[in-house]
Amino acid sequence: MSFKNRFSMRFAQVWRRNLIVYKRIWKINFLPPMLEPIFYLTAFGLGLGSLIKTVPYRGAEVDYLSFIAPGLIASAVMWQSFFETTFASFVRMFYQKTFDAMLSTPLTLEEIIIGEIVWGATKAFIASVLVLCVVAAFGRAGLPGSLLIPPVAFLGGLAFACAGMYFTGITPNIDMFNLPMFLFITPMFLFSGTFFPIDNLPVWAGFIAKATPLYHLTLLIRGLCLGGLGNDAWLSLAYLAVFTAVAATLALRAMRRRLVR
Amino acid sequence: MDAVIEAKELRKCFGAFTAVDGISFQVPAGSVFGLLGPNGAGKTTTIRTLYGFSPLTSGEVKVFGLPIATSHREIKARIGVCQQDNTLDPDLSVEQNLLVFAGYFRMDRKIAASRARELLSFFAMENKRAARVMELSGGMIRRLMLARALINSPELLILDEPTTGLDPQSRHQLWDKLTELKAAGLTILLTTHYMEEASRLCDSLVIVDHGKILVEGSPAELILEHAGRFALEIEGRDPETRRFAIESGLKYDILDQRVILYSDGDEASLEEARRAFCPATCLTRQASLEDVFLRLTGRELRE
Repeated sequence: MSFKNRFSMRFAQVWRRNLIVYKRIWKINFLPPMLEPIFYLTAFGLGLGSLIKTVPYRGAEVDYLSFIAPGLIASAVMWQSFFETTFASFVRMFYQKTFDAMLSTPLTLEEIIIGEIVWGATKAFIASVLVLCVVAAFGRAGLPGSLLIPPVAFLGGLAFACAGMYFTGITPNIDMFNLPMFLFITPMFLFSGTFFPIDNLPVWAGFIAKATPLYHLTLLIRGLCLGGLGNDAWLSLAYLAVFTAVAATLALRAMRRRLVR
Repeated sequence: MDAVIEAKELRKCFGAFTAVDGISFQVPAGSVFGLLGPNGAGKTTTIRTLYGFSPLTSGEVKVFGLPIATSHREIKARIGVCQQDNTLDPDLSVEQNLLVFAGYFRMDRKIAASRARELLSFFAMENKRAARVMELSGGMIRRLMLARALINSPELLILDEPTTGLDPQSRHQLWDKLTELKAAGLTILLTTHYMEEASRLCDSLVIVDHGKILVEGSPAELILEHAGRFALEIEGRDPETRRFAIESGLKYDILDQRVILYSDGDEASLEEARRAFCPATCLTRQASLEDVFLRLTGRELRE
């Protein structure tokens, strides 16, 4: 089959399968993205915030709770989508043989992988809405900018879902996901401007932080939330788009190499 | 009759290992075709190339007259595949398994719903509609796999060891259903380890080993040609029996603990041996496809 013919809107059927499974226990699925930010905002925002008071943001000072709230939305996007296309997709591919069954239907491998990636981004989108509700309840979601956060979260979700799917394509077994988790996800979570401005990092570490997708996603979401988007927002959007395109290409190639034998 | 599957010089290599080594066969429309062989003979690999799961190394395969290399989406829309592993979706209920699968074929939701009801009733699983796959017995899992493979009303059904691991009741029930589907005109390609299954269901079959076809024909033809009509098994390692076998002019197998004699004619030609070597204990039986299979592929263990 020619390369072009491997892509069609049929990926939506794979996405729909995941949505049906998600809806079955949606109340439980809603809990982690709701509870986690409540814990973090209480512990860090209120607890630690009483010591830190204010943080510099774009030449002004904002209170610590306002600073970390958008960072938590961005990191929820990362965790949700990356987890979905690593552990969850791997279970479907390897243990449940769901992809094998799909491959006996008119679906192509590319459509299955795209369906999984778009689903990962959808979970990120849902999480961003849920965390945003919590942030709004703490009175930290600025309008109208916050309304644009979910679509940006979807783009960020695509980026992390593609990266996760690439790891799923090359990982020998499910335990090996700990490697990208600890070398890629956790450092990003801590050092990409979620909890403190990266200006506080040594210069070299700042450069590394700026090269990560979470830094750019956090920059965009914080700008929308606090009303401080500058021209560098376009650069961050472009970064996420290019990152997604590159990671998607790598992921599709890795999965084809893994599954088509 | 038109051939639904035409395989010419089908070859599939994995690195230096040749799993399927240039096999050719045709499956006529409306027939049941068996692909038999020991473990590792290349059956599943052959099947996976037929539905486009694995690309061919060389050779040509046409399904419904369409080349698999370029039109596998169109081909897969018209076939049903029942894989060897349980590939049911454990996150979904029994009925959802059918409906979601119908979605992969982009079937109309209403048509899919009525087709799912029809299939659940055909396989006597109506009361399991809402059950989770985890709660099903082995026999029900197989029936649901088969129901799912039929959701798109396929013209060709590919079954990879459909009854492996089932109890006799479930196996016979599945055979009944397959016979019913065959009578309705469905073309079926089947792999199996059960020779009884192949004898019952297949119009024609091939026995493959080491990626090559050893023989091809109908079960009755193959039994007559490669075993005979009747077989007599004599237990023990008695050298007299062995000498008799060699000198008798009958087809025979001398095994570690047994000698088997085959007769192309009637039971009488085995009677002499039976009276001489085991008047009380052994019985003359019909020669079977299992005799053919073991005679052709050998008796040593695989894997």
